[in-house]
Amino acid sequence: MSEQDATLIIITVIYLLACAWIGFYAYTKTKTTADYLVAGRRAHPVVMALSYGATFISTSAIVGFGGAAANFGMGLLWLTFFNIFVGIFVAFVFFGKRTRRMGHNLDAHTFPEFLGRRYQSKFIQFFSALVIFLFMPVYASAVLRGAGTFIVKTFHMDQAMTLATALQMAMLIYTVLVALYVIAGGLKGVMWTDALQGGIMLAGMVILILYSYGRLGGVVAGHEALSRLPADLEANAAQAVENYNQKTGEQLTLASVTDMGLAAAALRDKLKPMSEEARKKYLAENPKEDQLLQKFGAIAATDPKGVASMAVVARLQRGGWRGWTDMPAFNTPFWCFMVTTVILGVGIGVLAQPQLVVRFMTVKSNRELNRAVPTGGIFILMMTGVAFVVGALSNVYFFQHGGEIAMVRAGGDSDLVIPTFITSALPSWFVALFALTLLSAAMSTQSSQFHTIGTALGRDIYEQTILGGERRGTTVLITRFGIVLGIAVTLGLAVKLPGSIIPAATALFFGLCASSFLPMYFGGLYFRWITKAGAIAGMCVGFFVSMFWLFCVQMVNARFAALLLPFLNHPNPSLILQGTWRFLDALVIAFPLAVVATVVVSLITRKMPEDHLHKCFHGVR
Amino acid sequence: MFGIEGTSVALAYGLCLASAALCLIYGAVNFNRGGDEAPKREEVAWRQSEKEVEKPFEP
Repeated sequence: MSEQDATLIIITVIYLLACAWIGFYAYTKTKTTADYLVAGRRAHPVVMALSYGATFISTSAIVGFGGAAANFGMGLLWLTFFNIFVGIFVAFVFFGKRTRRMGHNLDAHTFPEFLGRRYQSKFIQFFSALVIFLFMPVYASAVLRGAGTFIVKTFHMDQAMTLATALQMAMLIYTVLVALYVIAGGLKGVMWTDALQGGIMLAGMVILILYSYGRLGGVVAGHEALSRLPADLEANAAQAVENYNQKTGEQLTLASVTDMGLAAAALRDKLKPMSEEARKKYLAENPKEDQLLQKFGAIAATDPKGVASMAVVARLQRGGWRGWTDMPAFNTPFWCFMVTTVILGVGIGVLAQPQLVVRFMTVKSNRELNRAVPTGGIFILMMTGVAFVVGALSNVYFFQHGGEIAMVRAGGDSDLVIPTFITSALPSWFVALFALTLLSAAMSTQSSQFHTIGTALGRDIYEQTILGGERRGTTVLITRFGIVLGIAVTLGLAVKLPGSIIPAATALFFGLCASSFLPMYFGGLYFRWITKAGAIAGMCVGFFVSMFWLFCVQMVNARFAALLLPFLNHPNPSLILQGTWRFLDALVIAFPLAVVATVVVSLITRKMPEDHLHKCFHGVR
Repeated sequence: MFGIEGTSVALAYGLCLASAALCLIYGAVNFNRGGDEAPKREEVAWRQSEKEVEKPFEP
């Protein structure tokens, strides 16, 4: 065992013991339903802000989106801006304060309960809880799978058993650890461990950005090198082609080699799922394609890393990419995915995230929310901001140390970019700290997901809707049972899901929440004239249009379709419509329609009773 | 700006820093505001009745 492994194991054990102690302490401090569901409504502002941030930011934001930034570039910083401005400032100041007060007035303990009581509708509580219970496990399973893969790699579990067995075992152990303090300690256990995990994450990311800029000669020097990188790569690839021409006497140009590289990459993608024998048979039957692979292989052999990097860049450019420090060309598939799915979907979707909204109901007064804003803002800047900058800058580091870009070094798997950069560019002691950072990020998000899925099933669906109201003393028990069931569903999904779906699953859930819940949530906080029927209409339109768009319209090769395909029997469910607009995220279509439905139906239906509105808005300002 | 080639990306970089600064300033300015929450109507009524009960007896 290396010194680094020993350090990692020791600090992980200390960390897990700390989490276990916090879980036990929270268990002893949990006496009431409010303790278990909304942390007794007495959370400290720093704990609340760190918990909000750590729940918001999972390994997917750091490793998944950070790795995606190695492809998309620093344009993803628009997402960080939305995360801070919308996800923290707007959320806390314009949503949080009203949610807290109205939540107190209505004695709401969960997000579906808040919506249901605001509109006096059991259906809204039931339906929104059902959406959470059905779709949050997809998001949770993506986080779980990311954590499992990370644990397998970090603790070298795949050396002792097959990768599949190791992954399943890692996911099971990790789930049991998180489940223990969630089930025992409720939201107090979740938030207190979140605060510890948030602190670790903050330390890890601060060190990461300082080291990364330091290794590249500073902030401006690093960015300038990244801006120059496409030209540098092209110069290297042109030299490789020239070397090949001199060696063989051919007269190839860089453009023709790039086209050849793209054709070879497409062919490799086609051959990938085939068995070795089927591949040989296919190439024997198609000699031209076999020649293409061989010829491109011979050219690439003159500078394998440089040519492979150029091939990746050429592929990106076909989709509208214009460099790591520039935005993609307008209205290209790359632009649509980046702007609508990633930036708008995740950036705005955060406002209606059930596991985040419930945090606003955990504090005593608006003063706590005011005090939580700075911690939240800095925390998010240091999380997604650092991950996106480091993900993009890793290209410069790998080019300077090996003449290749990050995706080539990571073997084409964007999820491996950040871990590969950490092990290559940072000191070995940091590898252990960063491993703990990622474990903390995963556990803090996961614990809230389990808690929210469990409360949706136990509190909202079973107790409030099926039983028809609270039975004295049984809420906590029922919610605990709901959490266990939610965990089982998540674990099952995590085993079934394909890899590399972390960003897509995150964006899917965020977008779905925004379309289904945001119109009635915002309307409920600010407008008395939104009616029960209007809220229901908006929620149903938002949900069903999102579903239609995801399943029936979006392209088959998109990440969403890849995510959803295992659940459909249809071989090609989404190639119904053609055109760039298919790449638009469901949110862009469903959210405006949901807003229109909410407003129009509210204008023509019966108003909510005045005394109820008075109770909701009492003290709200 | 910041050595970043694309204007919109440089703008995003600047806005990230500016929005974090906004959060800091907002928190500092409003650090002690919002704590003096008006008690709920029921609490006010209850306190009133308690006062009535605890009034010294005046014949």
